[in-house]
Amino acid sequence: MAIEQDEIEKIAELARLRIPPGEINELTERLTGILALVDQLQAADTSGVEPMSNPLDAVQLLRPDAVTESNQRDAFQAIAPAVEEGLYLVPRVIE
Amino acid sequence: MHDYSLDRLAQGLREGEFSSVELTRSYLDRISALDGQYNAFITVDEEAALAAAAEADQRLATGDATALTGIPIAHKDIFCTRSLRTSCGSRMLDNFVPPYDATLIQKLNQAGAVILGKTNMDEFAMGSSNENSYYGPVRNPWNTETVPGGSSGGSAAAVAAGLAPVATGTDTGGSIRQPAAFCGITGLKPTYGRVSRLGMVAYASSLDQAGPMARSAKDCAVMMNTIAGHDPADSTSAQEVVPDYCANLEQPLEGLRIGLPREYFGEGLQGDVAQVIDAALKELEKLGAKLQEVSLPHSALTIPAYYIIAPAEASTNLSRFDGVRYGHRCEDPADLHDLYTRTREEGFGAEVKRRILVGTYALSAGYYDAYYKKAQQARRLIRQDFLDCFEQVDLIAGPTTPGTAFALGAKTADPVAMYLEDVYTLAANLAGLPGLSMPAGLADGMPVGLQLLAPHFAEQRLLQTAHLFQQTTDWHQHRPAGIKAGGQS
Repeated sequence: MAIEQDEIEKIAELARLRIPPGEINELTERLTGILALVDQLQAADTSGVEPMSNPLDAVQLLRPDAVTESNQRDAFQAIAPAVEEGLYLVPRVIE
Repeated sequence: MHDYSLDRLAQGLREGEFSSVELTRSYLDRISALDGQYNAFITVDEEAALAAAAEADQRLATGDATALTGIPIAHKDIFCTRSLRTSCGSRMLDNFVPPYDATLIQKLNQAGAVILGKTNMDEFAMGSSNENSYYGPVRNPWNTETVPGGSSGGSAAAVAAGLAPVATGTDTGGSIRQPAAFCGITGLKPTYGRVSRLGMVAYASSLDQAGPMARSAKDCAVMMNTIAGHDPADSTSAQEVVPDYCANLEQPLEGLRIGLPREYFGEGLQGDVAQVIDAALKELEKLGAKLQEVSLPHSALTIPAYYIIAPAEASTNLSRFDGVRYGHRCEDPADLHDLYTRTREEGFGAEVKRRILVGTYALSAGYYDAYYKKAQQARRLIRQDFLDCFEQVDLIAGPTTPGTAFALGAKTADPVAMYLEDVYTLAANLAGLPGLSMPAGLADGMPVGLQLLAPHFAEQRLLQTAHLFQQTTDWHQHRPAGIKAGGQS
């Protein structure tokens, strides 16, 4: 399936990736090639096959609902680009 | 010393033939003298390495040593190491110094292994040639005009060039086995969930698995004894009992049934690689194995299923890189949207962006059933092929890769050509099976890898088979020209 440029722009927006205007043509070509490869799957008969999300068909493990971690906010925020008084800073969202 | 097995190094350390500080110093010297040619390391912290070695020497002196105490090791730069930069080969994490250790790192540190440094890799483990690294490509020690394979290319090159006695890697679609094959070393991808994923930067969570990259199957077994096991902090880690991986290495292969999937020996396999594989299989036959043809009828679905599932999971996993909590952040963002989109544009390289976009597409409304769900159904068919095969045989064998290491730049212009490199390795990840690649011979002077695949949790059988092969052949002892035993290059 060929993918159109406007579709790439839409998924790039969903993925929060800016695509510089000069790169969109090449990207369209590359993604069209990749989608042609994965489209080979459409020929497979998978009717009645249950989708597999874990190779061991494992289910989510549960642990006792108890506090096991200590607060490490200072260590985690020490590597953040911008923090103030224990909060992460981002550009103003509400004017 | 730079050719010693882990057992031999441990013996030398125990008997005082050399100290861990001396051993570590000699590897650090080799890295600083030789790694300019290979670019295998992204970060080397000499001071921390020597301090850890001094601590190991104290432990050795008190007799409280494990099989790995004092042994230098190189870690793929995907494993979080406390206070040591963990870049994952990406500009996004160029400034990331983790506040904690991955479980694998913690276990190896506790055992007394000494971290030499962090090895180069394809960005976020996405690639088959190590050319997708923000830190530049790694060069194959066998021929520096060729790639070392990927994504664990730095670890493979470091072991092959004698810059580290052993290394760690991760394998999502072949990223331990393919570089091991290209660089002439032994690499093991364990069963999905056998080794903890905690602190390993996530690419495709249902496929990712960590494992050892070493000079021999025996060294891989020694490593597995330390790194395998359940981790309560990784909800997908397996609870199966961990055996002693060194215990049955010498057990004869008599009667071992090895299946040769006809789909792995057909079109696309380079002729001289096929010859090397055939000769290696004959050697296994001499050791008592029985060879028989088998079939994996859904093999053709492997590449398409993988290149939907892996990008889909990657697009989800990599959404965490937002310029807010850690990692790269763009300068002067105009607003929150600009912060996200520009940070991600600047932080990610071309292949990572492609996979994020393919994954986002496959998961988006209207395409989910046609792509992601379909790929998960195909995945079950692929696994069932293997389960059926393992009713008839104990192991599956074939080439690890269709060819030997290719030239730098040969496949960078065409992502699809690069994806086809993984044709024989992807299925083990989709099916969750353990797989091993070992040196089987040389084709035109370059290493060829033989891949062995086993049922879930049968790593021992892989290691035993490879070990016995390595007892009667010496392909695993061949070194790149100029890398001599004893150190001087």
